Amino acid sequence: MEVTERIRDSLHRFFDGDFWYSFTQSKITMISGGVTAVMLLAAFFAPLISLQNPFDPAALNLMDAFTPPVWAENGSWAFPLGTDNQGRDLYSAILYGSRLSLFIGFASVSLAMILGVTLGLVAGYLGGIVDVVIMRVADVQLSFPAILIALLIDGVARALLPNNRHEDVVVYVLVLAIGLSQWVNFARTVRGISMVERNKEYVLAARLIGISRPLIMLRHILPNTMGPVLVIATISMGVAILLEATLSFLGVGVPPTEPSLGTLIRIGQDFLFSGEWWIVIFPGAALVILVLSVNLLGDWLRDYFNPKLR
Amino acid sequence: MFVLIVRRTFQSIIVMLVVALLAFTMFRYVGDPVAMLVGQETSLQERAALRENLGLNDPVPVQFGRFVLNMVQGEFGISYQIGRPVSELISERLPATLELSLLAALFALLTGIPMGIYTALRPGRWLSHFFLTLSLVGISLPTFLIGILLILLFGVILGWLPTFGRGEVVDLGWWTTGLLTESGIKSLLMPAFTLGIFQLTLIMRLVRSEMLEVLRTDYIKFARARGLTNRAVNFGHALKNTLVPVITITGLQLGSIIAFAIITETVFQWPGMGLLFIGAISSVDIPIMSAYLVLIALFFVLINLTVDILYNVVDPRLRGDMRSSLG
Amino acid sequence: MEGAERSQEESTGQVQPLLSVRDLMVQFPNRRGVLTAIQDISFDLMPGEILGVVGESGAGKSMTGNAIIGLLEPPGRIVKGEILLEGKNLAALSQQAMRRIRGRDIGAIFQDPLTSLNPLYTVGDMLVETILTHLPLSRAEAQTRALDMLSEVGIPAPHERIGHYPHQFSGGMRQRVVIALALCANPKLVIADEPTTALDVSVQAQIINLLKRLSKEHGTAVILITHDMGVIAETADRVCVMYAGRIVEIGPVRQIISAPRHPYTVGLMAAIPKIGSGADKLIQIEGVMPRLDGIPAGCAFNPRCPQKIEACTRTVPPMIAVAENQLAACHLFTKPGGA
Repeated sequence: MEVTERIRDSLHRFFDGDFWYSFTQSKITMISGGVTAVMLLAAFFAPLISLQNPFDPAALNLMDAFTPPVWAENGSWAFPLGTDNQGRDLYSAILYGSRLSLFIGFASVSLAMILGVTLGLVAGYLGGIVDVVIMRVADVQLSFPAILIALLIDGVARALLPNNRHEDVVVYVLVLAIGLSQWVNFARTVRGISMVERNKEYVLAARLIGISRPLIMLRHILPNTMGPVLVIATISMGVAILLEATLSFLGVGVPPTEPSLGTLIRIGQDFLFSGEWWIVIFPGAALVILVLSVNLLGDWLRDYFNPKLR
Repeated sequence: MFVLIVRRTFQSIIVMLVVALLAFTMFRYVGDPVAMLVGQETSLQERAALRENLGLNDPVPVQFGRFVLNMVQGEFGISYQIGRPVSELISERLPATLELSLLAALFALLTGIPMGIYTALRPGRWLSHFFLTLSLVGISLPTFLIGILLILLFGVILGWLPTFGRGEVVDLGWWTTGLLTESGIKSLLMPAFTLGIFQLTLIMRLVRSEMLEVLRTDYIKFARARGLTNRAVNFGHALKNTLVPVITITGLQLGSIIAFAIITETVFQWPGMGLLFIGAISSVDIPIMSAYLVLIALFFVLINLTVDILYNVVDPRLRGDMRSSLG
Repeated sequence: MEGAERSQEESTGQVQPLLSVRDLMVQFPNRRGVLTAIQDISFDLMPGEILGVVGESGAGKSMTGNAIIGLLEPPGRIVKGEILLEGKNLAALSQQAMRRIRGRDIGAIFQDPLTSLNPLYTVGDMLVETILTHLPLSRAEAQTRALDMLSEVGIPAPHERIGHYPHQFSGGMRQRVVIALALCANPKLVIADEPTTALDVSVQAQIINLLKRLSKEHGTAVILITHDMGVIAETADRVCVMYAGRIVEIGPVRQIISAPRHPYTVGLMAAIPKIGSGADKLIQIEGVMPRLDGIPAGCAFNPRCPQKIEACTRTVPPMIAVAENQLAACHLFTKPGGA
């Protein structure tokens, strides 16, 4: 009884609050929110709503290869968006590919967030040599583009792992590579906030009554960073999905047997000149719509938490 | 100023040494260099001789010292896959990447900065909305997809521009250039646009947000209160203060163009360093990977150094003129 | 109506007011409706006169100043009223025409000299560009005038200092530079918004004296916005007390200090510590000023007023003459049934 009331109360506060109001103020934000939600659901329920399992070689038939989309001549309702060179249904492949892209995106952003927030808190709160070392590393890393760092990590992993093992763990290698290339933004922002909060009186008071440093960081400083961290996480999500697609496109990401959106585009590029445009266009469109929606949400969140930057 | 240059140069050398250590670790410990160089049928004695010959039995610090010395002389070892000196491979491909990157950077700067200024000064206009929408699409469209779409439109459908390679290049002995032939320039257009468009959107958004920030400051309000013309306020006071931070970040962005060229070079089969690097990753060709890492780091360090010095020239507060703060 | 009366009286021989603000109202549209920042602001300013504007932060002092120089931050805008500078209504001018008034006819001094000056411009650059914008002088003449201005505001070695950047000056010196910039086109009116708040106490008196001296020498009228009654008592000829976006009392500074009439002004004066008065306990007004979106009906001061009567919660009190040249907006002075 009390719990349901509390839930109703917090729901009420949510829908009555500035956050929800700001969300409903812009059509573009609402549309991108809706599109993101639909794509998340579609990716989550991909096994239920797809026509075949595109990762299962037994489900593919080479005879179906290069089928055009359903509205073109020779199109078939069995493959509404056509097939690729393996006879893979593109509609199903896009669903599974988005699933893979989103998983890698979420996992790598989580990794980057945990790493970056922790290091940022520690650097900002403790200061001194710890701060200097962490921020120096961050500076050096920031001067290298994420794509290069991810490529190097992937390259080293390839060299260290035997070839057949590499394909099994490639998703985790990608998560690691993308995650490690993204932590700096979190760390810098969180560090800035924690340096400001450290000197405020409530933190001083907490220190005086003997609360331990980890607890102060966790209970008192961390909550102040949540807004900006959410903004960076959303923006990083877009970047991470693009990075994964790019790595896969470059041929160092997800292998063609279990294609992500980037891999599908790479496959399709080879057939651009022979007129099979759909292998590139549909996965490409799915990728762009997904990233664009996430970026629009990120833009709105940034404006909401930092209105002066509008 | 001199002190600053010396200090910055010193810091740059440290960064380079750290990167060199990274490259060395990769070279030495990721896989066995001897096993990579020889074939299956090489005998154990031959392998041991090669190991001794390459100095792999020396103490590790000595090996690192030798690695750095070689590096300074432009010596990066021999490619495992291609079997030629890495320095040769890179110097063949450097001009292609640099020409592409410079043109892309020029394009991004010359269009990105004016667009950023316009959107900051005229926030309500439809053209501003158009630019901002375009920039959002630019950030959300992956570079490789832009390249592919350009190929589809101008290469496949319209057939106006070549879709791969550098076209006809002129060999100047120490440099090969595509800028002197029609086919070379035509080949450069799509790759340079593709490479520049992402940087363009970043620069535009950066200029816009910096300028909006500056326009909110007290000194801009005071400049208006003094009755200065909009022109003097916007293009004198505001722009000058906007460009100071923009110089730093833009400088770093331009450095990353060289690395981003990897993607563009793959799409357009552009025979530059990026394509070489991607090939090296797929085939685990460690000498090329470590050489590329060191080279990119060198570019970054040099750009950083230039930007720092430039920054000091532009901002009087950093000129070290501490004569009088007493009033 | 009362203003029209006075200007008629003045046209018959007395000096015309330099600035005449009539029923000024500024509003900010926001998501839940429209916030009224200031309203019913009416006052006159004679040439060479120093008018102190006092009140708590948020009372609308700076807003009034910004409205007069035409630098309200959007979405704020003047929805009603006139700002007559020598008979010309500034509220109706185009942005372009208003720009020519700023700096030429009305100078401005802001609170923080640290942030008012562009760090990338030398003091000379800023002075010369301002002078050239408003006066028909050559660059060399402007340079000479800039040097004169610097020495006039008391900056030593102006020949050397003119090429310096703001960061090379101390806070007090920077505020002198700001004053030089505000006065370099010889405006008839200067709006000084908290000109000493950001400065060291030791420097504050110097800046106030400088402002007073320059006002006298150039015959410049000054609107001095501050929350420091001490500064006003020392400097101003008249004082205007603001509360929650309205003027509550206006009159000659001596009269207001010795005989404040509005209960808010009474409280304000009682809150000034007086040396030698023997009272070692500071008197303060209970409660806080309401936010713009929560102004009570009737007199905005009524929840805090010790002399509240029934009418105070119903109607907004009009400005009533309570003494010679002294007006107060309080129901205590409305004649029952009259007005």
